[in-house]
Amino acid sequence: MTSAYHSHVTVTITGGPGLMGFITIFVLAAFVGYEVVSKVPSILHTPLMSGSNAIHGIILVGTMLILGQAHGTAQEVLGFLAVVLATLNVVGGFVVTDRMLHMFKPRSEAQATEPEKPPGDADPPS
Amino acid sequence: MSRATATDLVYLIAIVGFIFALIGLSSPKHARIGNLAGATGMLIAVAWTFSLPSVYGHTKNLILIIVAVIIGTVIGVPAARMVKMTAMPQMVAIFNGVGGGAAALVSVTEFISLPGKSIAIYKICEILFGVLVGSVSFAGSGVAFAKLQELMTGRPITYKGQQPINAVVGLAILAVLVATVVTANTALLVVVLVLSLALGIIFVLPIGGADVPVLISLLNSFTGLAVAASGFTLNSNLLIVAGTLVGASGMLLTRMMSKAMGRSLPNILFSAFGSVITATGADGGPEGRTVRTGTPEDVGVLLAYARKVAIIPGYGLAVAQAQHVARELADALAERGVEVYYAIHPVAGRMPGHMNVLLAEANVPYDQLVEMDDANPQMPTTDVALVVGANDTVNPAANNTPGSPIYGMPIIHADQATNVVFLKRSMRPGFAGIDNELLYDPKTTMLFGDAKDTLSALVAAVKSA
Repeated sequence: MTSAYHSHVTVTITGGPGLMGFITIFVLAAFVGYEVVSKVPSILHTPLMSGSNAIHGIILVGTMLILGQAHGTAQEVLGFLAVVLATLNVVGGFVVTDRMLHMFKPRSEAQATEPEKPPGDADPPS
Repeated sequence: MSRATATDLVYLIAIVGFIFALIGLSSPKHARIGNLAGATGMLIAVAWTFSLPSVYGHTKNLILIIVAVIIGTVIGVPAARMVKMTAMPQMVAIFNGVGGGAAALVSVTEFISLPGKSIAIYKICEILFGVLVGSVSFAGSGVAFAKLQELMTGRPITYKGQQPINAVVGLAILAVLVATVVTANTALLVVVLVLSLALGIIFVLPIGGADVPVLISLLNSFTGLAVAASGFTLNSNLLIVAGTLVGASGMLLTRMMSKAMGRSLPNILFSAFGSVITATGADGGPEGRTVRTGTPEDVGVLLAYARKVAIIPGYGLAVAQAQHVARELADALAERGVEVYYAIHPVAGRMPGHMNVLLAEANVPYDQLVEMDDANPQMPTTDVALVVGANDTVNPAANNTPGSPIYGMPIIHADQATNVVFLKRSMRPGFAGIDNELLYDPKTTMLFGDAKDTLSALVAAVKSA
């Protein structure tokens, strides 16, 4: 990782396999994202937003690398701020999504929380 | 195995976790496990990153990193645990904004630390893209938060020469971007940063409260792309894939939302829709037309002896905090053997799918939550369509009035049910500011008042019927 991290200077715009490789990955990831997300039913669109929100919190890894290599106050302050923001993004995103998904219950479980209701009454439509 | 290979492998595991998180969301059954897989992937990636020499190499920097992570966690976890479900759109806006801000900061810092000479032009372009998109997402999410939290008006903010001013800012950014690419000057980068933040603000100001859901999903996509740009800058597959997954998902969601509103994305972003609530129909509707007003007792009997009832919730239900009472009514009906389902329009609530979350919180089982496309075929066999705090999403004008602003928007066909009952505060039109023909239909009964109070009265009426 360290070597790759510093190798950018040697890669040129015209023919480096590195850049082309990254662009390939970028395009493939875009198709995967589109395919997978198109299967999400609209009932789960809010958790989808907060869940994908949490995933882009992966920028935390980038901010850690930046702060780890920071020299001088300016870079340290910016890097520090970046790590705080990215951590907020990650933990907030996953916790909120988990809370929401926890609430989606099938009929059996939703009824289990209200014992006063007679079971088996009105079976699910379709 | 070299450390670099091991790192790539660990990051690949994280990527697979993220993809499983998205796959899991295809059904409420395994969505939670999927989310845990994503969180685990994140944890593994972050933990491994601590083992990299570039992270732990300088003790002082390592301490800074640990302190920053602790601060973020201490603020983030309680905020995420305590936020009310109705406030979820604001929360998502905030978490999205901070992610965009972090991505922008990564790009800025990387630019500062670049060696002065021999920087490939594409490298500067990647950095500038990250700064631009990340900052727009950060500032835009901030304004969206303020709108949703009602720190400022939710109405579109328009001023004279808005479009020209935006165009000028846009062109200025373009010019500075080009200049920065050519000169690689740090001072110019600061100008880019400031202008991008300004652009994020003025871009969001004219977008009205009801359109903010589409905006948030677009900004979510922006943050994803900014993260992907950082990935290019840092030569990291992990960041590229994760950012792109989110970018693609946000774009798709944005498209689906604008489709569900029957409007194009440019129209949503630039038309300041809803800034002028038309006076027509605001007080009583077209001259001489009357609506039938009912009592909760009448409607209670109607519901109690129905075979099949559809509850069609809208934003008004969330405003009145009436989702729990709505479920009580559904339960009371189910106890009498009435088949009850909720017909949910994709844009009901304040963000995509928000209504489902609010109802799930009120313990409505998810198999009762029926999407619009599955609900519409059931409407002709439905005895009563109970419309709670919704208006535009059931307005037949979307189908049969080509001149109407909402013409072309997919709606729930409440008009095909045998009886329609509207729970509304007043005759005021919905967000689109247009009259609803269905309110005057002979088969429609109006119940005016606060949705929560009316629903409570209905529960009592059904139980005594």
